[in-house]
Amino acid sequence: MDPGDGVLTAFVWALRRDLRLALRSRAELGVQILFYIIVVALFPLSINPDPKSLLLLGPGVLWVAALLASLLSLPRLFASDYADGTLEQMALSPLPLPALILGKISAHWLTTGLPVVLLAPLLSIQYSLEPEVIWVLMTGLLIGTPVLSLLGAIGAALTLGLRSGGGSLLALLILPLYIPVLIFGAGAVEAVRGGLGADANFSLLTAGLLLALAGAPFATSAAVRISLD
Amino acid sequence: MSGFKYAAPAQFYSLAGKMVPWFAVLAAILAVIGLAIGLYVAPIDVTQKDSYRIIFIHVPAAWMSMFLYVVMAFWGAMALGLNTRLSAMMAQSIAPTGALMTALALWTGALWGKPTWGTYWAWDARMTSELILLFLYLGIIALRNAIDDPRRADKACSVLALVGVVNVPIIYYSVNWWNTLHQGATIKMGKASIDDIMLAGLLVMVFAFWFYSIAVTLVRLRAIILEREAGAAWVARLAEVKEER
Repeated sequence: MDPGDGVLTAFVWALRRDLRLALRSRAELGVQILFYIIVVALFPLSINPDPKSLLLLGPGVLWVAALLASLLSLPRLFASDYADGTLEQMALSPLPLPALILGKISAHWLTTGLPVVLLAPLLSIQYSLEPEVIWVLMTGLLIGTPVLSLLGAIGAALTLGLRSGGGSLLALLILPLYIPVLIFGAGAVEAVRGGLGADANFSLLTAGLLLALAGAPFATSAAVRISLD
Repeated sequence: MSGFKYAAPAQFYSLAGKMVPWFAVLAAILAVIGLAIGLYVAPIDVTQKDSYRIIFIHVPAAWMSMFLYVVMAFWGAMALGLNTRLSAMMAQSIAPTGALMTALALWTGALWGKPTWGTYWAWDARMTSELILLFLYLGIIALRNAIDDPRRADKACSVLALVGVVNVPIIYYSVNWWNTLHQGATIKMGKASIDDIMLAGLLVMVFAFWFYSIAVTLVRLRAIILEREAGAAWVARLAEVKEER
């Protein structure tokens, strides 16, 4: 067998399997999306519903909520496969583990990152954002949320099966690594409002995405193997 | 090769024991000299008066905080690549000192900021990235504490340190860039060229901090070795262990 075939087979198999599993537990997916919506709704209540301040806050709030939603959904990425031994079988299989993991990460993004991107315009309207800003925000989220899934997978794999693992340790490990994505993503909106255009931010976000795509599957599979030892 | 002899925890334990007093004494002597230069010999600053003298603590702590992270990641890489236990223990023993240096740099920075900038905290690029560095250190320590099996903890922390070290420059530049976009008005330090005697004091203090870090790290490393090798025969033969038992 050509090794290249193995990569694609593994990727497609893992992607389809995880998507099917996700679609069979739609309620869980719905809860995660609701979490995102609720977090976004909390800010006007806590600060000030004045449209002028919402306009300033909106993009940042949507980004922070996207970070938190991604973080909250991360344990799901490996936890059940780890618990029932599927992950161990994946690590033992002749198919390349990084490709299997990239498939799982892609499914994770499609079920948690993509809804965040698609909901952004609706929530932006609540914050009375300008139409051109909404586009910039969506594009930024579209490039940025896959980076969140990729980086988050490393943390999810490192904390597999830990007693105190849970959310808070994962948050401590992963949120600092999310910061550049937050800065470049939310900065795109600021740049457009300042008349600079968002090209530089999008280029940097894309560079981050490519770097994460190249590195994260390997770091994650190393972490998975460590956790399975 | 004889150099690799000390990759064995048992060998390095005694070597580290011999090195600790040297580094500790050197650090103490240099700290006394550095502080004497910094607090008495160095002239008063025209714009900042005496408050600038905190740089003799602040700058070495900030340098060590970044340097130690890279050293820790280096030993993490060694631990993963060569599968040597001592490298991972070295990384483990560096982390608390690194976190301490980061906290010290932030703390002294805040104390310095109040009289010179008029505020304890500003979302200045350097301060923000130093704060994130503190989170990275604390994350590694927390991950270590959450894992019971020390071998797994070694490898997991090494992976995290390596992911972190790739991220540190990205974080630094992103924060820098964000800062220039958001706050044009951050007060920058007066660009007055630094006096020679001040520079000398600063360099002496940097070495004092450096040797202190080495000494403390080695002491911690010896404790970690004893803890991990508690069941080994060579530990039981140690004079200090016999005394305790």
